[in-house]
Amino acid sequence: METLYSSMLSIVKLILSGDKALYEIILLSLKVSIAATTIGMLLGIPFGTLMGMYRFPGRQVVVIIIYTLMGLPPVLAGVIIYLLLSAKGPLGELQLLFTPTAMVTAQVLLVTPIITGLTMVAVRGKEKLYLETAVSMGASRLQAAWLVIREAKAGIMAAIVTAFGRAIAEVGAVMLVGGNIEHVTRVMTTSIILETRKGNFDLALSLGLVLLAISFMINGFLVAGVLKYLQRGEQY
Amino acid sequence: MKSIVRRKLPMTWALLISLLLVVTLSTAAYTAAAPKKPAIESEVTLATTTSTQDSGLLDVMIPAFEKKFKNKVKVKVVAVGTGQAIQLGKDSNADVLLVHARKSEDEFVAQGYGIKACDVMYNQFLLVGPKDDPAKAAAAKNAVEAFTKIAEAKAKFVSRGDDSGTHKKEKSIWDKSTIKPQGSWYISAGQGMGETLRMAEEMGAYTLVDEATFLTNKTNQVILFKGDKDLINPYGMIQVKSTRKKVAANELIWFFISPQGQKMIGDFGKNKFGKSIFVPDFKWRK
Repeated sequence: METLYSSMLSIVKLILSGDKALYEIILLSLKVSIAATTIGMLLGIPFGTLMGMYRFPGRQVVVIIIYTLMGLPPVLAGVIIYLLLSAKGPLGELQLLFTPTAMVTAQVLLVTPIITGLTMVAVRGKEKLYLETAVSMGASRLQAAWLVIREAKAGIMAAIVTAFGRAIAEVGAVMLVGGNIEHVTRVMTTSIILETRKGNFDLALSLGLVLLAISFMINGFLVAGVLKYLQRGEQY
Repeated sequence: MKSIVRRKLPMTWALLISLLLVVTLSTAAYTAAAPKKPAIESEVTLATTTSTQDSGLLDVMIPAFEKKFKNKVKVKVVAVGTGQAIQLGKDSNADVLLVHARKSEDEFVAQGYGIKACDVMYNQFLLVGPKDDPAKAAAAKNAVEAFTKIAEAKAKFVSRGDDSGTHKKEKSIWDKSTIKPQGSWYISAGQGMGETLRMAEEMGAYTLVDEATFLTNKTNQVILFKGDKDLINPYGMIQVKSTRKKVAANELIWFFISPQGQKMIGDFGKNKFGKSIFVPDFKWRK
């Protein structure tokens, strides 16, 4: 109880103090997670839409693989990227290990299956309703796909929010491939682990609550954005 | 002859009777006292640093301790950073500490959180780095000079940066060198020893590592400097004052400092590494 109370106090102090190190950490967390989610969207939304719209032999196997990868243990994603980027690994020449780029790469591996899988489900729900109508009205395949994506946007937005949540809260992979280096690759989750290890439980808890507050704000923006978009959609 | 026997007989009787008395009395005293001696608790939590856990020492010591008490007691080992271990003690979430950060240990006892503090053993820190040794640290006469050479060459150095015992030791050497390590060459990892060693290897950087972790990890890093008195790493054991597992906590400390326990510590690693990793040096602290 005492810890909880003192951490409430220290959060207020932390945020008001304008502590440079804290803002640096928050900013990097946001940068890495937003980059990973954006790349995940560019890969996952088209792929998920295709998976939702078309039937082909072996589709079920691909679906099972996507669902499995949605639960990919972060540490495993970290180890894979680590081995790829390690000095002796196949991509060692690039010298990307222990950089924010390595962290984004590992998170892309985690969030892309989530966006793909959830987009697929969202599109499948709308596809039957809209695809035939669109095609019968003379829409091209690309136009039809765009229409289905637009109709499935609430589900796709949920996919993006879930992916972003996974990225910003993730610790195992970014610790491994980022290295938690001060001023370089230290993010909120790895700081929380570090402060816990030091025995600074109240600081760790404060950082955790700041992380939650940021997630709340970001999700607020996203949800408000969706609502606005939906309303505008109705006017069309 | 006869007279001597006669004279001696009562004495023999007297001796026998008194002996019997002593035996019965002490047995009575013992049986009377026995129920008062509390039985050992079924578990006890040992908070320790990752280095003792990772070295495998506890895999030898703990089962031997549990066996001594016919497995009636179970030792739960929580291997964390020294800072966290001490906090676990302060919050009464651990019963015994086995850590290596003398200053924090002394504070812990001085603030009334711990009792029965003692030195248990020590090992040494090594300065390791890439084979080509760009800062020529191997030529240094002492640890402070080796660190200075690294800083002057701006050669990469990975620090634990986590307030652990090893990190505190590293900081104390920088303090002696009067260098304030900062800049892109000084990398504060904020991670455990194994991870830090691995990062140093990947980056071709120097780092300070305890011998146990160095020997038990696969690494291509080479030892560049060792043997300085600044690089001694003493481990202490403390009973948490507020523990509810008083008997087990007490027995665990006594096991580590007993001749048997000290010998086991000294012998540990001889089979696997051809040398012992920890040197037993039990001493009560004043």
